[in-house]
Formats: sequence, structure tokens, C-alpha cells
Amino acid sequence: MDPNTRTRIESLVNSSPIMVFMKGTKLMPQCGFSNNVVQILNSLGMRFETFDVLSDMEIRQGIKDYSNWPTIPQVYVKGEFIGGSDILIEMYNSGELREKLEIALAS
Amino acid sequence: MVFSEEVGLAIKRVLPDALVTVEDLSGGGDHLQVSVVSKAFAGLSLIRQHQLVYGALKDELASEAIHALALNTSTPD
Repeated sequence: MDPNTRTRIESLVNSSPIMVFMKGTKLMPQCGFSNNVVQILNSLGMRFETFDVLSDMEIRQGIKDYSNWPTIPQVYVKGEFIGGSDILIEMYNSGELREKLEIALAS
Repeated sequence: MVFSEEVGLAIKRVLPDALVTVEDLSGGGDHLQVSVVSKAFAGLSLIRQHQLVYGALKDELASEAIHALALNTSTPD
């Protein structure tokens, strides 16, 4: 991944306490998995920002290398990668997600 | 060989003890629900567990032979 893309990704990842790289936007998710993440964060009433990887192929490929995670969506909390759709669902169901987000947003 | 069997074999190459179930959600082979049970997951975070499985399916994912993969990992009780 070229340094310029890495720098762009680092600034994007840290541009909001909760940052979601997804296909589509909050209002128009373009993929079921991306939609899962948007619905979960909405149901927890969490403020989050998104980046539509369909609008930028460099970010779309770069983010997969950055986190060593081959799929989209990808969720970052305070710059830390916490998972994609499957993991968000499991953490949401176990209650771990609300706790992790509240701690992260409080600090 | 049916594609979902190939996926099972690819995972078992990396996790020999794994109990793998592959469900083809779309009938076309590119939307899969995969669950993997393996002792190798013990003590690993969910992310690390899923990364192990994704590592085993690197080519299939990169080539988008698998377009959507719903993944569930666990350790044998």
C-alpha cells in the first residue's frame, strides 16, 4: 500500500471516535453486512461517521491491508479495529459492544 | 467437487482439528454461512479467530469467488 493511501486511511480511522468503512452510506447502505453495522450502531444510539469504500478503490483495498481483514464493513473505535458485521453482531448480542463503546466514548 | 466442500477443505488445511459446516445461502456458492469449531481458537479474540479462517480462504476472498461470508467461530465445549 502506498504511503499516501496509508496516511489517508490513518486520518480517516481517527477522524471520529466510531468510524465505519462500509459499502454505501448510513442512509443508503449498499450491502446487507454494512447495513447490519449501521442498524446496530443506530439501535445503540451511538454517533458514528462512515466512509463509502465504493467511492474510492484505493481506500477499499488499502483498508483491508491496513487491518489485515479481507472484508467490508470494518468498524474502528478510537482508531482501533474491532471487527466486521459478524463480530459486531456477536458483541451486540452479548452486551459487550455497548460496554466497549460507552467506555471508549467516555474516555 | 462442490465449492462449499473446497471451502471446508481449505479451512481444515489450516485448522486440521476443525469441525466445519458450510451453508450456501445463495445457491450460487458466493454467499456462504460458515461455522468453524476448533481448539485452536481457545484464548484467541474473536478478531484473531476470524483472521485465522480468513487466512485459510485468502484466495477465495481475493478472487471474490466468495462474495459474502457470514462467519461463526467457537471452541469445542
